[in-house]
Amino acid sequence: MVAGSQAGPSSDVQERVDPDEGDAKVEVMSQRQLIWHRFKRHRLAMAATVIVAIFYLIVIFSDFLATNDPEDIEAARQYTPPQWLRVFDGFKPDLHVCRLVGSRDEFLRKVYVKDCDQKVDVQIFARGYEYKLFGLTLDRHLLGVNDPEVTAEEAIFILGTDVQGRDLYSRLMRGTRLSLLIGLTGIFISIIVGTSLGAVSGFYGGFIDNLIQRSIEIIRSIPTIPLYLGLAAAFPADWSVERRFFAITIVVSLFAWTELARVVRGRYLAMRQEDFVTAAIVAGANQRRIIFRHMLPSFYSHIIAASTLSLALMVISETTLSFLGLGLLPPAISYGTMLFTAQNVQTVALAPWLLIPGIFVVVLVLALNFMGDGIRDAADPYGS
Amino acid sequence: MLAFFIRRVIYAVIAMWAVSVIAFVIINLPAGDFVTTYIATQLATGNLVLEDEAESLRDFYGLNDPVYVQYSKWITRILQGNLGFSFEFNAPVRTVLEMNLTNTLLLGAFTVVFIWVVAIPIGIYSAVKQYSPGDYIATFFGFLGLGVPDFLIGLVMLWLILDTTGFLATGLYSHEFRNAPWSFGKAWDLAKHMILPVAILGTAGTAALIRVMRANLLDELKKPYVTTARAKGLTEWQLIMKYPVRYALNPVISMTAYILPFIISGSVILSFVLDLPTIGRDFLRALTAQDIYLSGAVILFSGWLTIIGTFVSDLLLAWVDPRIRLEED
Repeated sequence: MVAGSQAGPSSDVQERVDPDEGDAKVEVMSQRQLIWHRFKRHRLAMAATVIVAIFYLIVIFSDFLATNDPEDIEAARQYTPPQWLRVFDGFKPDLHVCRLVGSRDEFLRKVYVKDCDQKVDVQIFARGYEYKLFGLTLDRHLLGVNDPEVTAEEAIFILGTDVQGRDLYSRLMRGTRLSLLIGLTGIFISIIVGTSLGAVSGFYGGFIDNLIQRSIEIIRSIPTIPLYLGLAAAFPADWSVERRFFAITIVVSLFAWTELARVVRGRYLAMRQEDFVTAAIVAGANQRRIIFRHMLPSFYSHIIAASTLSLALMVISETTLSFLGLGLLPPAISYGTMLFTAQNVQTVALAPWLLIPGIFVVVLVLALNFMGDGIRDAADPYGS
Repeated sequence: MLAFFIRRVIYAVIAMWAVSVIAFVIINLPAGDFVTTYIATQLATGNLVLEDEAESLRDFYGLNDPVYVQYSKWITRILQGNLGFSFEFNAPVRTVLEMNLTNTLLLGAFTVVFIWVVAIPIGIYSAVKQYSPGDYIATFFGFLGLGVPDFLIGLVMLWLILDTTGFLATGLYSHEFRNAPWSFGKAWDLAKHMILPVAILGTAGTAALIRVMRANLLDELKKPYVTTARAKGLTEWQLIMKYPVRYALNPVISMTAYILPFIISGSVILSFVLDLPTIGRDFLRALTAQDIYLSGAVILFSGWLTIIGTFVSDLLLAWVDPRIRLEED
């Protein structure tokens, strides 16, 4: 995941596009439309974009999607297996889950048996715990048992619970928020640092360019994980959740900006020789207008592509750091801190559903990768 | 070539210096210093350290010196082979590192061989038979290998093996061989335990290499000289192996330098999950215990090894491909 991520199957898509297919309509399209037109043909990238969009909807509506309070500890319900949502009862549509009956086996371990004769009705837009969304205090949830004061026996745990009896599904919804926010904040920092340094490097050239490029080479030559771990371990454990969040964000964006700086510099240098830039100079446009009006629009898509790919790396980095107990720490909820509870294989064997956050990570990272590759392929709509 | 060589040496030395500064900063980041730790350990055993004594200790170890003096003393000691003392292992850092060096190198070597043996043929196949079912499968697994964190594959594999066979596939040696002298039996036992970590560590590297290999070979195959060679009647096998594959292998050489830091990085996390006796596992233990001299040494050496690796691969590339050294001059 460190090396070679720059080299995408860029040639794949170009192969499939028939150059004669473009009709008269294409000729009057703006740059943005052209990119969109080309991106749309990349079906995998389109599907990936939809998945990424769903993840961001989860970020916004995580509390609405949750069924239980993600921080609610229920000692009576530790390690309950997933109660999969059932949509039909026989042939009759009926949203429900099977009731779990807990008992102790001969080793006095708690075991849960599914009893599908006893249904727990699941309602849509049910009442549950209160949360804030867009400044409103709400208590409606997409799914739930329609009882804010529900007891442990009646509550539903769609994806099971962890060691403290906390609902895995609701925690996943909340965890998506933090894991993606770390990525977004990191990307924001990287874009600002990367594009400005890249632009300076390309614009001034000479000594400054050399200095920035060599620094980037040096930074990229440092093995990522030992450095990340070293930095993360140096943060005191008693820092507040927010402070740690920002510290870890900075750690995971240490490398991302170098890629962006390289992309921006490379594009700038390549574009300086283009006819349309020369035309703008001849037409008497000043430097600022040339950069912002003529050159920057051609950067956008490249910057977005590089950011999308970096975002995937950041999600993996955060997950890995937190999994090792060096990134975010409980009570913060992220994919990494959730997987932290599945650290040893004995626990996994006992409660395999604790690995479900891992599936989310994989799906998100793959979607971001495909989306990034698609944007990169579409970024240069005038290419072959 | 000489100018190229000298320039690369200068870059490498500057980079190694920069890495040493970063390692030094990381060592000094945690609150307090060596003496604070010392006082804490003394207190824990019931000994009280007086303020004067602490002060004289700080003077003795030069902790009251300006930062740059501390740095130069530290780096001088390192270059003389004195890496400091590990509190966590209660032994000199050097001894701790040497303890698991063989295991780490063995794991790395096996992984590199695995990546080459798997990735190069698949990369060639994927490019030559583009859009065949085999190509799609390879691309799919390639993306999967890049997208799934190592520790997750490790955990899932470990669980699946435990669940199906009841065998806990952790560690590198079975119990009876752990402290035994080297023998055929021990080597065989090690080989069996290596399969899982090598396959997992190799997956991501293989995925990256397949993508690079495929993309490069695809670019080469479109070039006119390939058509010429085909027109001259070379068999398809000769045609591909003789020129395009050789060109496409260039980035493979440069990537091999990145495989080394990649394995160091990857092995840290995998060693933790699979409980492998490697430097990576000691490093993680040092980090959680804030055993700064050990963790600093690992960061420093993994950085230096990477820079040396990059340097060697640059030279190899320049030697293999004259275009590169001409471009730079």
